[in-house]
Amino acid sequence: MTDTLRRPTETPARARHLRPRRRRRTPAARARRVLFSALVLAIAAFLLFPVYWAAKTAVSPDQEIYATPAAYVPHRFTLQHFTNALSDPRFLRSIVNSLVVGASVTAISVLLGAFAAYAIGRFAFRGRSFMRYTILAMSIFPNIAILGSLYKLLTATHLYNTLPALIGTYLIFILPFTVWTLASFFQQLPKELEEAAYIDGASAMQTFWRVMMPLAAPGLAATAILAVIAAWNEYLFALSFESDSGNWTVPVMISNVGSQSSAYTIPWGDEMAASLVVMIPVIALVLLLQRRIVAGLTGGSVKG
Amino acid sequence: MSRKPADLAARQARLAWLLLAPTMAVTAVVALYPAVTTVYRSFTNDTFGGTSHWIGLGNYATLLHDEAFRSATWVTIEFTAITVTVEAVLGMVLALTLNTAFAGRGAMRALLLVPFAIINVISASIWKLMFNQSYGVFNDLLVDKLHLADRPIDFFGTRTTALLSVSAIDIWKTTPFVALLLLAGLQSVPADTQEAAQVDGAGAVRRFFSITLPQLRAALLVAVVFRTLDALRVFDVFFVLFGARADTTTMSIYIEQNIVDFGKAGYGSAISVVTMLLIAIFVALYVGLNTRTSK
Repeated sequence: MTDTLRRPTETPARARHLRPRRRRRTPAARARRVLFSALVLAIAAFLLFPVYWAAKTAVSPDQEIYATPAAYVPHRFTLQHFTNALSDPRFLRSIVNSLVVGASVTAISVLLGAFAAYAIGRFAFRGRSFMRYTILAMSIFPNIAILGSLYKLLTATHLYNTLPALIGTYLIFILPFTVWTLASFFQQLPKELEEAAYIDGASAMQTFWRVMMPLAAPGLAATAILAVIAAWNEYLFALSFESDSGNWTVPVMISNVGSQSSAYTIPWGDEMAASLVVMIPVIALVLLLQRRIVAGLTGGSVKG
Repeated sequence: MSRKPADLAARQARLAWLLLAPTMAVTAVVALYPAVTTVYRSFTNDTFGGTSHWIGLGNYATLLHDEAFRSATWVTIEFTAITVTVEAVLGMVLALTLNTAFAGRGAMRALLLVPFAIINVISASIWKLMFNQSYGVFNDLLVDKLHLADRPIDFFGTRTTALLSVSAIDIWKTTPFVALLLLAGLQSVPADTQEAAQVDGAGAVRRFFSITLPQLRAALLVAVVFRTLDALRVFDVFFVLFGARADTTTMSIYIEQNIVDFGKAGYGSAISVVTMLLIAIFVALYVGLNTRTSK
């Protein structure tokens, strides 16, 4: 296994250079190339097969979905499952709910988080590293552990079974994440620009809005996308704090389609069509902004 | 007229705390307050709405003899051990492969983000479809195409197969994240050390264990800690696949059951506290291990 991980373009060249007379090197290098390509293909299949299978199921008529042996490519094509999913008002409602919660919690987190991250990332003050690690500790805190207390808090404030309940509770894991990630983006910005602004007579807040925020825009975008995905993904709080199906978010809605029906009548075609409707835009967005997202995912944890 | 530097530092510190204030206020309400009340409530027999009395360590004493809690703890620890180990190894294979120069490397790296972009509930239901005993694609491959099994496997049938199936889903979903962290780490490994070792005749395996792996230790540690923390609080995938099935109840599901279904706020809080402590122990273990081996 490890042998196939060598750099295929370098190894043959180097081998030729070091031992110019050994001709049997070429088939060995070719074999290694084939093995390496097989490995790359295997990884691609591993990553994509479930998505392919969901898409295949969504466009196949029912008799093909439940057929044995399985059809690996759809023989007949139908959009019926998409029509079913999109004409279900509860599903559309859940998308709206998820968007409202995701957008609100992201907007609040990015705004408040940018202030906090600016302080942690650019200011020298006592208690800075304490705040940094408090924020990190909060982002790894198990949400489930405070489920009971949050439930009490929400019923006491009459927020139980409302969308603001989710917006408020999602801040628990999204706000610390935003601060942590943005702090590492702010830290990477060159000091000279900030100093130039100060010399020109700008106040700290003017510098923040006019110089630092525009410079951190790529970081803000990446962080916002990751925050939206985290909110979009959340299941436990959405399941526990929304009793009325009109307030369900996408994960609760989709998990309910499967669990309400018995094992033999799960409407897989409809469920996969609904899943595709909500996952394709996110996949597209993530692929579009991939560089920034990778920086957001790895930056905070590797350099922090 | 000129401002003293000490003055400036004080002004900076004041501004910093001012900037931190909104975040601190929000955190105090939504995280700190619930966390403190959870610890307090774990010493009471609170049942939501009913009267609540201080019962000291009563809940913790009950926990010691609670078979369901013991089972949930083991399910969670086994799941964590399986997934984190496989994800670390597989993530390393993915990272080393994608660190090699080849045509299409950029596209392959982008593909790493695909499982990450799919929400847990959806990936769980896609895999549930693929695992189906009568028309699932995995049984079709194993029985009809590859002839590795003579009859369809019930992937969710026993505790062991169910645990392995759930692990497969988690591995698919989060190995790319481990690979991304390791890839970022690999980019800081200098290429000339590798080349020097190669010229000196060190084989690929030898070079991996004596050069690459030590330099990746920090990145690997971060990945493993993050994955462990996530795995120890796993809820979504188990809940979507099995609901409240007894032999696949994780610690998180057991807490949710006690609080939401049974209304046992006090007892549920005690389990929460134990879960937090367990997570803290694992973090301390990893960090301690890392500082010891790096000396």
